[in-house]
Amino acid sequence: MAARALTRGLLGLRHSRTVTLTYSGGHHYATATSVKSPQPQVDEYTDKILNQPLQKPDFFRVSELFSLKDLFDARVHLGHKKGCRHRLMEPYLYGCRLDHDIIDLDQTVEHLQLALNFTAHVAYRGGVILFVSRRRQFSHLVECTAKDCGEYAHTRYWQGGLLTNANIQYGSGVRLPDLIVFLSTLNNVFQQHVGIRDAAKMNIPTVGVVDSNCNPSLVTYPIPGNDDTPVTMELYCRLFKMTISRAKDKRRQMEILHGLSAPSTPSSCHE
Amino acid sequence: MAASCVRTVGSFLGKCGNCSSSLNTVTSQLSRQVLSRQICVSTALKKNLAAGGPEKFTVEFIQKQVEEFDIGKRHLANMMGEDPENFTQEDIDRSIAYLFPSGLFEKKARPLMKHPEEIFPKQRAVQWGADGRPFHFLFYTGKQSYYSLMHKLYSKILNIEKHQDRMRAKGLFSQDTKEISLDTSRWLTKEELEVLLVETISSNNYDRFIQLMERLLSMPYCNMEEEFVLHYRRPLEARSKKQMVPVPERDDKGVAFSTSDGRRKTSNSSVVLRDCGSGRITVNGQEYLHYFPVLQDREQLMFPLQFMGLLGRFDLQCTVSGGGRSSQAGALRLAISRALLSFLSEGEQETMRQAGLLTPDPRVRERKKPGQEGARRKFTWKKR
Repeated sequence: MAARALTRGLLGLRHSRTVTLTYSGGHHYATATSVKSPQPQVDEYTDKILNQPLQKPDFFRVSELFSLKDLFDARVHLGHKKGCRHRLMEPYLYGCRLDHDIIDLDQTVEHLQLALNFTAHVAYRGGVILFVSRRRQFSHLVECTAKDCGEYAHTRYWQGGLLTNANIQYGSGVRLPDLIVFLSTLNNVFQQHVGIRDAAKMNIPTVGVVDSNCNPSLVTYPIPGNDDTPVTMELYCRLFKMTISRAKDKRRQMEILHGLSAPSTPSSCHE
Repeated sequence: MAASCVRTVGSFLGKCGNCSSSLNTVTSQLSRQVLSRQICVSTALKKNLAAGGPEKFTVEFIQKQVEEFDIGKRHLANMMGEDPENFTQEDIDRSIAYLFPSGLFEKKARPLMKHPEEIFPKQRAVQWGADGRPFHFLFYTGKQSYYSLMHKLYSKILNIEKHQDRMRAKGLFSQDTKEISLDTSRWLTKEELEVLLVETISSNNYDRFIQLMERLLSMPYCNMEEEFVLHYRRPLEARSKKQMVPVPERDDKGVAFSTSDGRRKTSNSSVVLRDCGSGRITVNGQEYLHYFPVLQDREQLMFPLQFMGLLGRFDLQCTVSGGGRSSQAGALRLAISRALLSFLSEGEQETMRQAGLLTPDPRVRERKKPGQEGARRKFTWKKR
């Protein structure tokens, strides 16, 4: 639930503040005085369950899920042609061979680890994850992945006010996604997907697979890599499904271990 | 709007954490520490009530209505002195029409007592649970039922393709499998699909749905999903209204006769055609020479029999009411032609149809319009 406050400092550089910010506004303190110190009765729960994963850099051991060779076999390193190259993707490229851009897999490995780690933490805290992809070829695959994880997917036409006008679109009291995963950041006309800009507007962190013709600037956790081959997409879907399942199982384990459950959720106080 | 209003007040007070991208503008539990904020809250409430959209009925409300309906039904049965257990909807309608007689022409404006399911439009229950997580995995698309239907349909297509591959691998693949019979049904219309899915879809969406269904039906092994496909088809009404041939009966003397009706303008007629062999015609108890002094009307009566060459064979007993002399004659002619069908073969019936003897004349008197002299005649045009 403190997904918003989690930053890249998950590698141990910075402790995230356990600001209990929720969508329903239950503990939404808007006073000038303070934003910290959650109520005393949730301290033990917060300590044991919420804070513990933040102590270690790779609590969910996501780096064991894949290796550089797996990425190479799944052809993640293949980019588009030199003419399609986006200027901001140049730092992520290893080089160019016969006019084909090759993505640097060392950087991809680091970025993928960061992204999967972040996804795992969000899933651990019961966040809503939305998978977005506008490629018709993989639409069914992405929807099935989301259904198997227990998360949500949107591989259809993106209506303009989905995030920014959510209260009117869905009814008041709706909860927005806590993380949006873009398995392809472009839409059907090779422009940047509207969801990236909207998520940035609504302060929702994004994870996105950026190919060599995409703009990585607004994506919180870009993953430079191929987004066109079926093998690659299956690899990504498998990885995300495994991390999310792992994180959720871990959460269940921790709750059973400590014999605690979530406090009466703030949304029940919502009127 | 209200959201920005709250936000600006919040910003006046300093930091409020990572900002309220929380879209809940209606929070009566916003701290009442600041007076100025209360004004914002009330305006927010007022605005939200107006922007709520069509009235939402909660599940409890509908349940209460159903209970009240059941109790009211039993009271009504007791009032009418009938059995409360076996009181059907027709009985209810009859009782209400008896107890509350209404002279209103518009049927929908009359007093009505029906099951709440039929009165309140079907609506969506709240789509998310106590923790805020939506129930359906396609909730964030906006049209969850429609897209989940498309998803399911596509999964079925993939299933069928896998099945085909398996059959090919075994060498049992064949094109001539049992086809689903589609002749007697039609696809759901867009409105019917909207009612089924309880959400609005655009015409593009509907076209895509039909295309995907057609694609499913074009595959060889589509009979695996027959039930699913037929769920989205409706039976066609009887396309060809074949001429209902009146049944010839035999009366006590052994004479074959047939009865039929005919209408023209405002006249209604009924004819009994007897296979006696005399050729007598009786209209409303009178001889036809008395009833129709004009030759033209008598010719109209004769024409069907003369056309088939059966003039002297039949005995006609006619009754006619309404209209004028010409329309009565026309009504009788139609009735005679219809009654004659039962004594003719298929080919002769076809010739009757070709001659136009079996077509009811649809022309009726056109009403007079205001601002005109008659139905078509305008007032005299005066230049000045």
